[in-house]
Amino acid sequence: MEEKIKETCLHGRHILLGAQMSLFAGYDMPIQYKGIAEEHNAVRQNVGVFDVSHMGEVRITGPDAYKFVSHIFVNDVTGAPDGQIFYGMMCYEDGGTVDDLLVYKVNDHEYFLVINASNIEKDVDWIVKNSAGFDVKIENQSDYYGEVAVQGPKAEETVEKVLGLDVKEIPFYNFKTFRVGDEEIIVSRTGYTGEDGFEIYGSHEYIQDVWDRLMHAGVQPCGLGCRDTLRFEVGLPLYGDELSAEISPIEASLSMFVKLDKPEFIGKEALLKQKEDGVRRRIVGLELDDTAIPRHGYAVEVDGKQVGEITTGYRSISTGKSVAMAMIEKPYDKLGTRVEVRIRKKTFPATVVKKRFYDKNYKK
Amino acid sequence: MSKVLDDRKYADSHEWVKTEGDIAIIGISDYAQHALGNIVYVDMPEEGDEIEQGDDFGAVESVKAASDLISPVSGVVVEVNEELVNNPELINNDAYDNWIIKVRMSDPSELDKLMDGAAYKKICEA
Repeated sequence: MEEKIKETCLHGRHILLGAQMSLFAGYDMPIQYKGIAEEHNAVRQNVGVFDVSHMGEVRITGPDAYKFVSHIFVNDVTGAPDGQIFYGMMCYEDGGTVDDLLVYKVNDHEYFLVINASNIEKDVDWIVKNSAGFDVKIENQSDYYGEVAVQGPKAEETVEKVLGLDVKEIPFYNFKTFRVGDEEIIVSRTGYTGEDGFEIYGSHEYIQDVWDRLMHAGVQPCGLGCRDTLRFEVGLPLYGDELSAEISPIEASLSMFVKLDKPEFIGKEALLKQKEDGVRRRIVGLELDDTAIPRHGYAVEVDGKQVGEITTGYRSISTGKSVAMAMIEKPYDKLGTRVEVRIRKKTFPATVVKKRFYDKNYKK
Repeated sequence: MSKVLDDRKYADSHEWVKTEGDIAIIGISDYAQHALGNIVYVDMPEEGDEIEQGDDFGAVESVKAASDLISPVSGVVVEVNEELVNNPELINNDAYDNWIIKVRMSDPSELDKLMDGAAYKKICEA
């Protein structure tokens, strides 16, 4: 069955800007406007804006909201002040990952979940299916919300001056709501680039207005191309590459977000076992000696035997080095291990390194 | 939009060939460089490598993706453009001036299977 290609509320604007468009998660999305490297550098050095309206939003309300979020989410929201945000995953019973997501704590009876566009339907089904016995209301608000991400060292100044929102006082991984006309918009100090920045959620009309004002102020529009190179350089995972139904957060080397001391959550038993017994394989960083570029799916070998594969790889725009994240079998995951990456007909030597190729510049 | 020169032949996989005697000079078209965007790496064979018409002999890579280079002729690689090792973006600057490899052809009649500029132009505009 062919599904209708979806468009975000900013689609027409991307076309007018002459963006190179491509299908992503069912949406016709901008990959680049000016060029991936230029847009990447704008975010690292100045400021850029992304249309991320394809992301999904789910609101959970009710007397059991805290208990229910604790049940489906591997991170621990207990005792958090209202306005705090948590990164983490929802897992299957076997420890595989349903999705990685942000959980915004509005209050003990209300949480706002931001999920990957490619997983909206699957996630909502999963959330609803596991809500039996909890007194909660689950609303998929993905079609209501548009979203833009303003990212880069000048993001704060830009949001304050161009959009007139008072965001200076919002700490990292916190959010604030603002009354704009008849609606309430959400602004969080979060992002997917390793730079300071904000994600803004509102009605389609509001987000269109925000976009137009940012364009008028000369802010660089940024496509999904550089969104991927930026998140990759700072070692952030992408669902489908470093996380999947077959890859647990422990295997993805993201155990710091899995709170195994929590009394209960879906997947706890399997993940606890993985943590205690150790996993067979995990995601590591690789740095190639040569400038050849490792890509998703390429084999990683030791003595001619495959021991893993590349999950994401690039020539880093910020450092110029050929680097990758790769799923590697033990014991070849140890830092400093020499491996070879098969790129077309040749193999290229590489070293296992930390999966962070560029330092984050968060404002904490 | 994209430039097509009439002094050479083209493959439907967007490589061009210009001949000097039995030497085929091979590169990618302006259309191809434009579609790829910023080129950051060119994977080339070595001198002395034998290549066959229709087989891949390397790749041109943008930030986002790798695109195979398909050989428009058969023969032996006699020279690779070493300038592209450190300056792959030269192809973006001028895809026709910046060749990738030179091949001593084993069967020049293979050139007959390629398109002339006018035919290739139609493909680019389709």
